[in-house]
Order: sequence, then C-alpha cells, then structure tokens
Amino acid sequence: MSKKVQVQARINGEEVEFLCEPRQSLLEVLRDELGLTGSKEGCNNGNCGACNVIMDGVLVNSCLVLGVEIQGKEITTIEGLAGPEKLHPLQQKFLEYAALQCGICTPGFIVASKALLDKNPHPTEQEVRYWLAGNLCRCTGYDKIVRAVLAAAEVNHEERR
Amino acid sequence: MQAFDYASARTVGEAVSLLTQHGERARILAGGTDIIVQVREGRRSVDLLLDIKEIPEVNQLSYDPINGLRIGAAVPCYKIYEHAEIAAVYPGLIDAVSLIGGIQIQGRATLGGNLCNASPAADTIPALIVLRATCLIAGPQGTREVPVEQFCTGPGRTILQRGEFLLSFRLPPPQKHSGARYLRFIPRNEMDIAVVGVGASVVLNEAHTRFVSARIALGAVAPTPLLAVEAGEILAGKEISEENIQRAAEAAQAIARPISDMRGTAEYRRHLVGILTRRTLQGAIQRAKKEA
Ligand SMILES: Cc1cc2nc3c(=O)[nH]c(=O)nc-3n(C[C@H](O)[C@H](O)[C@H](O)COP(=O)(O)OP(=O)(O)OC[C@H]3O[C@@H](n4cnc5c(N)ncnc54)[C@H](O)[C@@H]3O)c2cc1C
Ligand code: FES
Ligand code: FES
Repeated sequence: MSKKVQVQARINGEEVEFLCEPRQSLLEVLRDELGLTGSKEGCNNGNCGACNVIMDGVLVNSCLVLGVEIQGKEITTIEGLAGPEKLHPLQQKFLEYAALQCGICTPGFIVASKALLDKNPHPTEQEVRYWLAGNLCRCTGYDKIVRAVLAAAEVNHEERR
Repeated sequence: MQAFDYASARTVGEAVSLLTQHGERARILAGGTDIIVQVREGRRSVDLLLDIKEIPEVNQLSYDPINGLRIGAAVPCYKIYEHAEIAAVYPGLIDAVSLIGGIQIQGRATLGGNLCNASPAADTIPALIVLRATCLIAGPQGTREVPVEQFCTGPGRTILQRGEFLLSFRLPPPQKHSGARYLRFIPRNEMDIAVVGVGASVVLNEAHTRFVSARIALGAVAPTPLLAVEAGEILAGKEISEENIQRAAEAAQAIARPISDMRGTAEYRRHLVGILTRRTLQGAIQRAKKEA
C-alpha cells in the first residue's frame, strides 16, 4: 500500500485538510473521508455525471479526479448550493417541476446546471440539452429536468447565490 | 483500484528523471479521463502516476499569425474551444475537441492525453494530422519534434521512449484560401466513440476553382489513425468537382483496413470512409472559400 498524502483544499467555502491514498478518487474522498455523501457514484467511469462537482470553476466528474489532485483547489459540491434558510433556485425548481424520481442523478444534474448558469445565465433549451448530455437519468425522461433548469434561469439573477 | 504512488512534477527535468527512473511502471496523469479508468478497471497497472499539470510548458496556449499555434499537451479541450481567436483560425481542430465526451470530460480531457492514449478512434488525431501538427517531445537527450502522423505505432502504443513525454503541439498558421473539417460517425448525437472519423484540409487557388493541395486522415479504420497520402495527392492541381472528390474518397477507402466489432462491420466502416471523406472535403472547401 502506498503512503497517505496530506491534502489541503477549499470545499464549499471551507478550508479542509485530509489524508488520502493516491488511488482514492475525489468522489471517494468526499463521500468516505469527508462525509459529503451528496455526490453520487453511478458508473465510476465518467459516463453518468452523478458525481459532478465544480473544481476551480470547471465542471468535472469527481470519479475521474484523484483526491490528491485537489491540493490548493476550490471545490463546490451539491452541499454547497443551498443557503442556510433556503434552497438554491435550481433545487427549488427541480422540486416544483418534479424533475426527479429516484433522485440518484439529481445532485449531478443540479451541480452541472449550476455550472451552466454561472457561465450562461440565460441558456436556450438546446444549450441546456447539450450541456447536460454527460448526465444520465434512468427515470425522468429528461424533459422535466430541462424545464426546471430553464425555469431556474428565469429566477431573478440577484436571488441566485 | 490497485495502489500506486502519485507525484506532481514542477519542471520538465523533474518529470524526465522520474520517468527515466520508473520506465514502463510510470504513466503520466494529464486529465485522467483515460488513465484513471484504465487503472481502476485493471487494464493497466502502474507504480506511479506522474501529474504534469504544474509544468508551465504543458500549459501553453498561444497563437500568432507568424508562428502559428502552440498548445501545451495538458491544455484541456474547453480552453481550446473557448479561445475566440484560436476557434476562429482553426475550426477544423475545434470540430474535434468539442466532440470529446460531454462538458465534464472536456473540462479535464487534454489533447496530449488523446494522442498519447493512442486509441485508433481518438477524435483529435485525424484533425491534428490534416492541420500538419507536430509534437514536441522532451526526454533525457533534450527535445525532438515529430509529425503527429508518426506518433502512434499501434493501439495504445507510441514512439515515446523511456524517459520521454509529450510537451506540446505546434500547428503552422493556416495558408491563404485554406480550410479544414473533422467529422465522425456515431449512432447517436453525443457521448460515443467514433465508428469512423475523417479529417480533411484543403488549400485552394485564388479563384477557388482548383485544389492546390489536400490532406485526408482517417480514424478507427486501422490500428492507428492514418494519413491517407494518396487520397490527398490525387486532388493537387485538380478542379473542384464531385468527380474528383469521389476519386479521393475511393483512394481513402482503399487504404482503410477496418475490423468488424460491436460498433460496425468492416464493410460498413469502409462505406463510411467514403461518405465522410466526401463530406469533410466539402466542409473544408466551404471554409476555405470563406477565407479571403
Ligand atoms: C465518458 C467519456 C467520453 C469520452 N469521449 C471521447 C470522445 O468522444 N472522443 C475521444 O477521442 N475520446 C473520448 N474519451 C477518451 C478521453 O477522454 C480522451 O482520450 C482524452 O483526450 C484523454 O485525455 P486525458 O488528459 O484525460 O488523458 P489521461 O487519461 O491523463 O492520459 C491518457 C494516456 O496518455 C498518457 N499521457 C497523457 N499525457 C501525456 C503526455 N503529455 N506525455 C506522455 N503521455 C501522456 C497517459 O499516461 C495515459 O496513458 C472519453 C472518455 C470518457 C471517460
Ligand atoms: S460516477 Fe462519475 S460519471 Fe458516473
Ligand atoms: S431520477 Fe432516477 S435516475 Fe434520474
């Protein structure tokens, strides 16, 4: 077994320090070492998007990032979206539009959609569909997800954190 | 996943010395979208993953009309297509980098990783070949430069020797009246591996009636991406016509050595080479006509 490495990063605005083995993915570190179980493991090979997080402003699959690679980086996970009092507009709209059934894909879709709206606050339907092509959902048929994202984009810009 | 060590090199020299020390037991970690999956699934075993993303040379991304384009091996796809000037000057390269995976993959996947993974179906390789890209390789003896079409030697195999790694790509500035296009065939719209991929680039005469030269490259129809030398040469000096384009497509089909697998039969792939060669040539011609 190889030595554990000490890593420091900023996760959802908080400085964290942890020990991990080089073979542990960021997804494993989040879930198993840091107790952040919002990010899900679907495929563990980059195809489903359930593990999506934002790393230094860029949407990535945390199953394809090593924990040791986040040294000095800033990570946003699904746990970082809601405020203390209220849900993020994307979370609110996913509920209102019933954009989830079993829910395992939902954190990935919401984090991916946040990355989209951060970059492009008023995407077209086609832009939303292309952006979310790397996220798989077995239940909803996608349409309600796309509607929810478009509705969240309508929510006043100031309201979005 | 098997256990391995991780190191992040800060300089080219540091990377070369670690690679020399560990030989085949070390692999470079760029975006990790191939290597992490391969190690996790036990398809590759390693003692060391060497992260190169802190090395300045592999992060270069610069264009000027005299020297052309320099892209560091570890620049992720999204940085290439989000660079407005580069996207405008090299649309044939953008065709390929914007096809790789979804947004999450494009945030990490690099051009260097796509080449060094040496998949016969890698999307950027035919695009790089028709754009006359060269690879700058660093190693124990210094650096050497090799055309992209000579880099892959078989599926997963490259010309890299012990201690060597890919530093960057250089693409010459586009000639006047030139254009390039890359297309692949997949059974759906997004997120799939090419059944066949074809790149084409053309240089036209000033009147836009004849080909001055052309290059065609094929993916997923041989153990490595192929430069279809004859298919390109047939067009030099010829009039732009359906007939001549068809002759080039047939020459491309003639050198394809496809296999049959779950993605398609050899016959189907050879058929697709013909279709895609015509379409990419037409796309490249269209782009060339737009360039003054
Ligand atoms: C869901 C998914 C979808 C995908 N879709 C596509 C697609 O549509 N088209 C396509 O072509 N590919 C696709 N891929 C494959 C992969 O994303 C690409 O090949 C990508 O470009 C690899 O780059 P990377 O930086 O992630 O490479 P890594 O995984 O970091 O490295 C790949 C290999 O190259 C070696 N290497 C990397 N950089 C260097 C260097 N500078 N010098 C020497 N060796 C080096 C590594 O050691 C490793 O063996 C997909 C992968 C996934 C998971
Ligand atoms: S678990 Fe990471 S993409 Fe599926
Ligand atoms: S809600 Fe079940 S997979 Fe999307």
